[in-house]
Amino acid sequence: MDYEPSEPGDGERRLPTAIKILVAGGFGAGKTTLVGSVSEIRPLRTEELLTDKSVGIDDTSGVEDKNTTTVAMDFGRITLGDDLVLYLFGTPGQDRFWFVWDELALGALGAVVIADTRRLAACFPSVDYFERRGTPFVVAVNCFEGARQYRTEEVQAALDLDPGVPVLLCDARSRDSGKELLVALVEHVLDRFRQRATAPR
Amino acid sequence: MPSDERPEARWLDEDAGPVVRPYAMTRGRTRPARGRFDLISLIAATRPVAAVGGLGLGPEHVGIVTVCQHPLSVAEIAAHLDLPVGIVRVLLGDLLDLGLIVAREPQPMDEFPTEDVFEAVINGLRAL
Repeated sequence: MDYEPSEPGDGERRLPTAIKILVAGGFGAGKTTLVGSVSEIRPLRTEELLTDKSVGIDDTSGVEDKNTTTVAMDFGRITLGDDLVLYLFGTPGQDRFWFVWDELALGALGAVVIADTRRLAACFPSVDYFERRGTPFVVAVNCFEGARQYRTEEVQAALDLDPGVPVLLCDARSRDSGKELLVALVEHVLDRFRQRATAPR
Repeated sequence: MPSDERPEARWLDEDAGPVVRPYAMTRGRTRPARGRFDLISLIAATRPVAAVGGLGLGPEHVGIVTVCQHPLSVAEIAAHLDLPVGIVRVLLGDLLDLGLIVAREPQPMDEFPTEDVFEAVINGLRAL
């Protein structure tokens, strides 16, 4: 298999290709749980240090009294073979960090938006963001114990999703469930890719 | 301590954590001299740690060479060294300049992906 983005030198050639998938959703919806259940490593946390400069183009309400602040991202890793590594990034929940989302979404294969039916509105911003940006995504309804179970059609309607956007029920704590979600996402991306390849321009 | 000194200066002893004034270790630079360094760019050291001793590198540079004896993403390096990503990018630029690391930028998924990438991902996930 050979999918070099450019013409790497000898040193680069022995490095695998990395791809990323984003995990989004409201606070407490289960983003980090999902990352942790499928990751081969304990989820790691990385921090981006934001200076006044980097928040200048963004809504800085709440940070105006600081020169620097940090935004944390939890992520995990799945090695898919000798030459392919998948990284899963939980998106930072704070709405004011959209520009971090832009960096994360750049070059991402797609996204999983986790919906908590007890607080469905919490995932609206994520859905809006990926729709606007054209990033393919699936919606995963995390089935919390004690929460009323909804049918995927109800969630689809409540979120006003395009008919093509897959909605799946999941248990973010389960590795198999997480794997299923990721496979469903990549199949969805592949479908879109094929449609585009055959669609008249 | 002079009274006009910035309050955080008193933390700058040998026990100071890396989150204290982190741009001190990049000498104020906020952008790497070379390289783009996406969060998932993969980095590998070109030399063993023992071979970079006499090069006058800072401890954070040596730290990167140490963890990158096996390929790691920029995000992983930052997490392992407990440094903000922006700092790590600057340090990686230095190391790239010195030829002490190689970097591989990620496959740009929203540009020209090929179907076999998707299939490799699906098959890889199913095989887990």
